[in-house]
Amino acid sequence: MQDQDHDVIREFLVESHENLSRLDQELVELEQRPKDAVLLASIFRTIHTIKGTCGFLAFSTLEAITHQAESLLSQLRDGQRELNPSLVTLILDTVDATRKVLASIETTGEEGPDHFEELTERLRAAAQAPAGNESQMASGRLHVPVEAPSNNARFEHPEVTKPEEEAAKSSAIADANIRVGVGLLDKLMDLVGELVLTRNQILQFNNEREDAALNATSQRLNLITTELQEGVMKTRMQPIGMVWNKLPRVVRDMSVALGKQIRLEMDGAGTELDRTIIEAIKDPLVHLVRNACDHGIEPPDARVRAGKPAQGRLTLRAYHEGGQVNIEIGDDGAGVDVTRVKQKAIEKGLLRPEQAGKLSDREAVNLIFQAGFSTAQTVTNVSGRGVGLDVVKSHIEKIGGVVDVFSRPGEGSTVKLKIPLTLAIIPGLVITSGGERFVIPQVSLLELIRLEGDTREKHIEHVHGTPVYRRRGSLLPIAYLNEVLGLSSSERAEAVSMVVLQAEDRQFGLVVDGINDTQEIVVKPLGKQLKGLTVYAGATIMGDGRVALILDVLGIGQRSGVLAESREPARAAAEQKAQSEIEQQRLLLFRAGSFDRLAVPLSLVARLEEFPRPAIEYAGGCQVVQYRNRILPLVSLRAVLESGAPDQDCPSDPAQVIVFNDGDRSVGVMVDQILDVAEEAVTVRQKTGRKGLLGSAVVGKRVTDFLDLNHVLCVAAENWFQGDASNAGKSILIVEASAFLRGLIRTNLDMAGYRVREAANLDEAIRVLEQQPVDIVVAALDLPPNGSSALSAAMRRRPEWCKIPILELAGSAGQVRTRASQSADFQECQMKLDREAMLESVARLASALTSAGAPPALVGEEK
Amino acid sequence: MATKTAAMRPEPVQTCGQFATFFVADLFFGVDVLRVQEVLRFQQMTRVPQAPEVIEGLINLRGQIVTAIDMRRRLGLPPRAGGQTPMNMVVRTEDGAVSLLVDEIGDVLDVDAATHEQPPENLDRGARELIRDVYKLKDRLLLILDAERTVDLVPERAA
Repeated sequence: MQDQDHDVIREFLVESHENLSRLDQELVELEQRPKDAVLLASIFRTIHTIKGTCGFLAFSTLEAITHQAESLLSQLRDGQRELNPSLVTLILDTVDATRKVLASIETTGEEGPDHFEELTERLRAAAQAPAGNESQMASGRLHVPVEAPSNNARFEHPEVTKPEEEAAKSSAIADANIRVGVGLLDKLMDLVGELVLTRNQILQFNNEREDAALNATSQRLNLITTELQEGVMKTRMQPIGMVWNKLPRVVRDMSVALGKQIRLEMDGAGTELDRTIIEAIKDPLVHLVRNACDHGIEPPDARVRAGKPAQGRLTLRAYHEGGQVNIEIGDDGAGVDVTRVKQKAIEKGLLRPEQAGKLSDREAVNLIFQAGFSTAQTVTNVSGRGVGLDVVKSHIEKIGGVVDVFSRPGEGSTVKLKIPLTLAIIPGLVITSGGERFVIPQVSLLELIRLEGDTREKHIEHVHGTPVYRRRGSLLPIAYLNEVLGLSSSERAEAVSMVVLQAEDRQFGLVVDGINDTQEIVVKPLGKQLKGLTVYAGATIMGDGRVALILDVLGIGQRSGVLAESREPARAAAEQKAQSEIEQQRLLLFRAGSFDRLAVPLSLVARLEEFPRPAIEYAGGCQVVQYRNRILPLVSLRAVLESGAPDQDCPSDPAQVIVFNDGDRSVGVMVDQILDVAEEAVTVRQKTGRKGLLGSAVVGKRVTDFLDLNHVLCVAAENWFQGDASNAGKSILIVEASAFLRGLIRTNLDMAGYRVREAANLDEAIRVLEQQPVDIVVAALDLPPNGSSALSAAMRRRPEWCKIPILELAGSAGQVRTRASQSADFQECQMKLDREAMLESVARLASALTSAGAPPALVGEEK
Repeated sequence: MATKTAAMRPEPVQTCGQFATFFVADLFFGVDVLRVQEVLRFQQMTRVPQAPEVIEGLINLRGQIVTAIDMRRRLGLPPRAGGQTPMNMVVRTEDGAVSLLVDEIGDVLDVDAATHEQPPENLDRGARELIRDVYKLKDRLLLILDAERTVDLVPERAA
């Protein structure tokens, strides 16, 4: 009995939602053609149906609302009064209220606490008010001044132009349709898949025999199966109009709220997409349309000044192209202001001034999809909070789509989405490894590389045991699939097959045993027993009826250690930005001993000098040279890096010396040869374990080791770091996961005279603090596992640590801003690689510490 | 409809009923017959590298991909003798069909409630969790398997 009731209510909900969607559209159309009796009658009927069913099911609130709306509509229908925008708004509000109640019924089974008395009252008042009076009555509640466009006392409504015949067609379709559960369709799809496999086997069987009857039958089976497959695939397709039909309402509401006049044109609403895709692009589309209304189309007066019609045009276009669906959202507004975008990007730290100059207009325009970007001068309630377009981009990319924006200044801009037709069937590359077959989704695939014969060992180099491949000048980290999955390694074939994959924003090479072919595969989920395995994205059934696993490229990358850890896309982008800061650093390249190519950031180098050999003297057992009326201690880099090599054995005469200094202290580092100064994109970094080196990267197409200046200078002069009076003795703990970055930060702080200790994660940091407290903690915001806040929280809990100031280092300027607003006392946030800002912050925190009278024991506790 | 959902929910202690039976090593097991979707001969299996070792692989069951769990390993029993191919007993669980790889399939048995016993307390902990009831048949003991728990591979239980 209860089940029956439940079914009736479900039926009612489904039907009402459908009706309401239609209402939205019809009401907006009604605004264009207020006299359209057919339309009015249809609207009236819809409301009436809902009211009737509510009464039957005893939903009194809903009944009251719809009853009042019905009386109002009946007056309109009977011509007793004329429609105006405030009445339409009122009816649309009714629709919204009805939706809310329906949602409540759907989740709780009850109508919910809100009885919408105010709305019912307004409806009643409107129904009773004499014609012509209702505008004042209703204007009180419109938050947006209807009189906003001053040149236009009577507000003009957005207009939806829709081909007449299409409307007629859609209603005809509605009559010929029945509702089918999605589960049933999916099941049919599965069965068809199975039928296809069986057909394939029959065909194979047929080929082996000479039987005319069997031959004819299998031919027919073949044809029918193919047709059936196509037909069932089609049932899952839905026209994009399903999503579009709510957009007229969105545009209408937006234009009223913003005081703009916008006409929406839609073209290609019949273009079909898989229903999962339809679901996925719903929100991004609405967002893009809102964005175009808000930022794209100018206010009427601005448009008139620019010589354009006051009414703006928003165009939606959808069409098939090369197995994909293109969706364009175009406006005829002002277009994207490239200079402003660049300026804004620089302000927000997304772009450096010198990069801005090099960007093409098209690249610059696409900056609007970066996280933390918003060019709106003012933040409105509809958009401009700086979240949104980046989310749109990530959503579209998640389903394998691409977002692009084109802009013509003064003429408008167009956002173009390229979306795959379906997610259920994707193209994939079949590969083998350890005797098993796997599928790699084509979207992640960049290229295939085959290394043959003798060259293969030459091409794969090792950086401290990690295999890398030189791909057009940049280092590509490599993983072996059989190692990642723990499969037996096959006999080394004469060639190495490698697929280059893209996961998020990073690339890596995956060595496999064999590359077979590409296929359209049907993606099926794995059972819960296998859900925990991040290396698989699902499974599929191959042509021979056997199951093959689909690899999750991101998971494979992480498991193999090629990609460090999981990061959200936005963060990864920020990270890449941070990385590009290092990349853009000017580097001094030199040679010492067996190290052919070493680098230090040029910003740390004071001078390059040459000293004739005889000028080098010994003082206190160390090499020194008289330099600008002072004694410059020298250290041979070769001796530091290759312990055991004699200092004197320096071949070059005069000696090549790099002078580092800070304040009044200097140290000279002797190298064999100064090579070059480079400023080039450094694409891959590898950490090395060797003392004196931070890691390696590709500079000028060659692998280059980065010098750990800290270590070298430590060797050079024991007292090097104790010179700066103000900073001397202050101890700092750096907590950062990446040893490479830790090294760079350490170098910067060391140079400023601080005593530095390091930790890679939260636990290590706590351990270091337990051994001996420090004066300042410098922690990376993205500290594993839970960010630096976990560390600060842990510190604040311990009385002896709670006063230690914390400097957080963020990967992007956006994060710095967010953190800055949240920071407590003794806490600051800076960009990870902004040396100046970081040192300033540290100094500020240090001085605050002294003035705040922190326990002197902390400051003076020097060994 | 109603009976089906009841069958899928946590299994109430059934004192009697019909059980589909099977052998794993020298143990005689039964599962609620309503849970059994079908019984198949050994199917071609796709290995899943890195999966818990009780998972033998994936099979294609008319377009549905079904995880196969080796019952010997699940119960901590010695591996099957070489050349002996297991049978698939496909059971319905809350998370869809799962295949249990067993040594041999037995009859569907009606058992008498009077022969019911709780499993012995001193049963190995791993097996204790999976065996819900014991029925004393004339010549042997019938162990009733808790299918939901059997397919629930919480990492520490998986090994």
